[in-house]
Amino acid sequence: MQTRDLKKHQQAIRGDDMFEIVAFYLFAFLTIGMFSVTVMTNNVLYALCSLASGMIFISSFFFLLDADFLGVVQIVVYTGAVMALYAFGMMFFDSMAEVKEKVNNPRLAFFLTGMVTLVIVIMFAAPIIGESAQTGLYPIHPEYGNVQDIGLVLFTKYLIPFEIAAVMLLVAMIGGIILAGKKMDTSYSEMSEAEIQEYEAGLETPKDNK
Amino acid sequence: MSLNEYLILSTILFSIGLLGVIRRKNLLMLFFATEIMLNAVNIGLVAISKFHGDLTGQMFAFFIVAVAASEVAVGLGLLILLYKRKNNINLDSIQSMKG
Amino acid sequence: MEKYLYIALFAPLVGSLVAALFAMRPRTLFTGIFTSAMLGVSMIASFILLYHIITTEEIVHVMMMDWISIGNLSIPFGFVADQVSVTMMVVVTLVSTMVHIHSIGYMDHDKSFNRYFSYLSAFVFSMMILVMSDNFAGLFIGWEGVGLCSWLLIGFWYHKEDMPKVKDIKKSPFSTLSPYSSISPGYAANEAFITNRVADLGMLVGIFLIYWNLGTLQYDQVFAEIGTLSRGLIVAIAVFLFIGAMGKSAQFPFNQWLANAMEGPTPVSALIHAATMVTAGVYLVIRANEIFTIVPEVGYFIACLGAAVAMGAAFMALVATNIKKIIAFSTLSQLGYMFVAAGLGAYWVALFHLAMHAFFKSVLFLGAGNVMHATENEINIKNMGGLHKYMKPTSIIMTIASFSLAGIMPLSGYFSKDIILEVAFGSHTYILWGILYITAGLTAFYSFRLVMYVFHGEENFKKFGYHPHETHSYVIASMIPLAVLAIVGGFLSKGTFVEMITKKLPELEIHLSHSTANILIVITLLIASSGIAFAYLWHKKYGTYFSGKMENTFIYKLLANQFYMPHIIDNVLLKPYLAMSKLAWKIDIHVVDNIVDGIAKTVYNTGEKSKVAQNANLSKSLLTMVIGLAFFVVLSAIYGFAK
Repeated sequence: MQTRDLKKHQQAIRGDDMFEIVAFYLFAFLTIGMFSVTVMTNNVLYALCSLASGMIFISSFFFLLDADFLGVVQIVVYTGAVMALYAFGMMFFDSMAEVKEKVNNPRLAFFLTGMVTLVIVIMFAAPIIGESAQTGLYPIHPEYGNVQDIGLVLFTKYLIPFEIAAVMLLVAMIGGIILAGKKMDTSYSEMSEAEIQEYEAGLETPKDNK
Repeated sequence: MSLNEYLILSTILFSIGLLGVIRRKNLLMLFFATEIMLNAVNIGLVAISKFHGDLTGQMFAFFIVAVAASEVAVGLGLLILLYKRKNNINLDSIQSMKG
Repeated sequence: MEKYLYIALFAPLVGSLVAALFAMRPRTLFTGIFTSAMLGVSMIASFILLYHIITTEEIVHVMMMDWISIGNLSIPFGFVADQVSVTMMVVVTLVSTMVHIHSIGYMDHDKSFNRYFSYLSAFVFSMMILVMSDNFAGLFIGWEGVGLCSWLLIGFWYHKEDMPKVKDIKKSPFSTLSPYSSISPGYAANEAFITNRVADLGMLVGIFLIYWNLGTLQYDQVFAEIGTLSRGLIVAIAVFLFIGAMGKSAQFPFNQWLANAMEGPTPVSALIHAATMVTAGVYLVIRANEIFTIVPEVGYFIACLGAAVAMGAAFMALVATNIKKIIAFSTLSQLGYMFVAAGLGAYWVALFHLAMHAFFKSVLFLGAGNVMHATENEINIKNMGGLHKYMKPTSIIMTIASFSLAGIMPLSGYFSKDIILEVAFGSHTYILWGILYITAGLTAFYSFRLVMYVFHGEENFKKFGYHPHETHSYVIASMIPLAVLAIVGGFLSKGTFVEMITKKLPELEIHLSHSTANILIVITLLIASSGIAFAYLWHKKYGTYFSGKMENTFIYKLLANQFYMPHIIDNVLLKPYLAMSKLAWKIDIHVVDNIVDGIAKTVYNTGEKSKVAQNANLSKSLLTMVIGLAFFVVLSAIYGFAK
């Protein structure tokens, strides 16, 4: 029963065969190219830009795979927030000073990576035996859209991970502020007007024992 | 399209990220390579989720995105502190725990 | 009746433990009085038991508790008071009580007064276990206990330094003419303990053989079933048990420790080396008489050995000038007599002589202690003389005891020694009789040589500035019961004793015609009296026995050096063993220690070399991770495809 449903599902997808295959291969090569630039180049700016574009192309994959919500989240969070953070970071460091990328054994690195890739690709190229997979706990309902689907599952079954992720983000934010912030010893809200003026006057005069 | 192709793509992207992780000495670029690896995994998860008609993969990918974002925040904060201390972000210069 | 048995057994232990509480403090008179009182209690309990056994012929047998009970092996803590053991109990407790009281006076200037009494009572406790136990395991426990306590007591003044082994016969610690008894008290104690230990190995083998073949160690069961074993096995058991007895009773070749044990305090010698520990070997042979009667050839060997020891010891005592060693050699000699009796099958005779000997020998030692106390621990009899004027009671008591030792009728020594000579004659072992006969004469001679030198003649001690005085009256009082027993003991007790003891031990099977017996008595008395007379008259005439030119002859030197036995043991046994020990020590250092160190060094070096893995370089660590990942991926691929 389950096997037949699966196969019918897969045939339904293959309806838009041609368009899908072209889109897939196009975006695939683009993504691979962009990420290769990220990994190989010596210039931080190039790496950053190629990474950002690579992220956008990945979101296209998500749309191809009927994961609309995730595709949008990818663009908003990754390309929007994360890349912006990286951009600020890049501006903060002295990027003109080129870091010498001297690996002791470049061949070893390439060889290892190549071998791993090859082996896993071969493994995945084998026909996947779908009968052994169970039907999942949260089947996709193609009647209503993907966003509603995810919303339903997220706020009922995955509520606790959701809340914990929220707390984690809060903690990360506070951590980031503390790590990177400066002069946070004094608290303006606890001082009176006179004290604030005195404090700021003291900040303007440079200290002698520098 | 079948699952195989998506998985092969995911593998190739992952290994590109792996190569970057091994090769890069600039800590910032190291973070970039880590992001590549995370995204590759996301692709694989969503692909499996689609082809098995299940939402679990997408949920997992969603949480990975959330975690990656907070990781970037904290990681960059630490990187800033390191830069203030050593004035460069070369990986080979933070070997004080040697031996 | 059982409670008397327990009282007799444990009272000395109580005394010892209480005295041990005071061990670290200076002299407290309470310990001496308390331990003597405890021993007095034990003595009274033993007498009650003796009376009970004589009158009712009922043996008291208790089993205190189960000790070892594993599978087929069952060794309980059991104690028995039968005719043999109650005799020993009475002898031991009586002599011990008197020795304790004597020691209060003898040791009153010693700073380890309390420790001494603790050890002494512990010794008596071990000896009581030895004689009262009803199985071989308990016997062995008591055996080892007395060995330990004698080590503690001989080495009582362990802080005395070792004397050098010089060649001069007047100073060498290996000769009987020197001013000290052995190399040092510590050395003498070790010698005694180690010799006993070596002999105990033989006894252990004997006990193992008994257990292995009979499955039990209880006396009554063993003796009932001993006849079922093969003859060779019984001979082996008898021989091994006797080896143990040889160690304790200082028969050749284990005799060296007894003379050297005179380094300990004199009351210790009176208790241990006259009455109790050295008689443990005789007790063992008497107790196991049912084993020895089956194999009379072993008994004959025992008798021959005993006779040889008796004669050899008497010869060595002829020339010795160390007062305690003379008495020690006479103990050795009398032990030889006891073994002759036991070996020829006259077990109750041996027991009787054991009891009588305990009385007069211990009083001889105690008297010697008085003499030494009076002359500030001088032990050379040639430096004394004429002490009769100053120490009348001691002198009288010692003279009486010497008469008893020589075997003059009607003192107790006569009764016991004469029977032994009769036994020897009646068993048609005439050579043994001859040896014992000559030894009797020698015994009489050297005992009175000692008496003459010490108490009569020129007052040589004046040269050394001693001021001899008699000891406290309670000390003399403690010696009096023993002296009285030395006089009348044999006379009074022989009849009752024989009647009681033959219910347990076999009767004598010697039948001499009345006239032969009388002739033997007469000639024995003759030789004893002639020995005494010779000693007395020669001293009166010449003042010394062995003149200067005799001192250079070979025989004199041989005897003074104890037949060169100590030299032989030192060179043949001790030096090679020391060399072997040093070699073994070298092996231990170079081989064993190196192995252990090598293991430690290997571990350490491995750690040192592996430190490079901790290189703190993130790139390298990531590379290592990827290597691992590649390895496992390949592995799983191979696995997957192989399936």
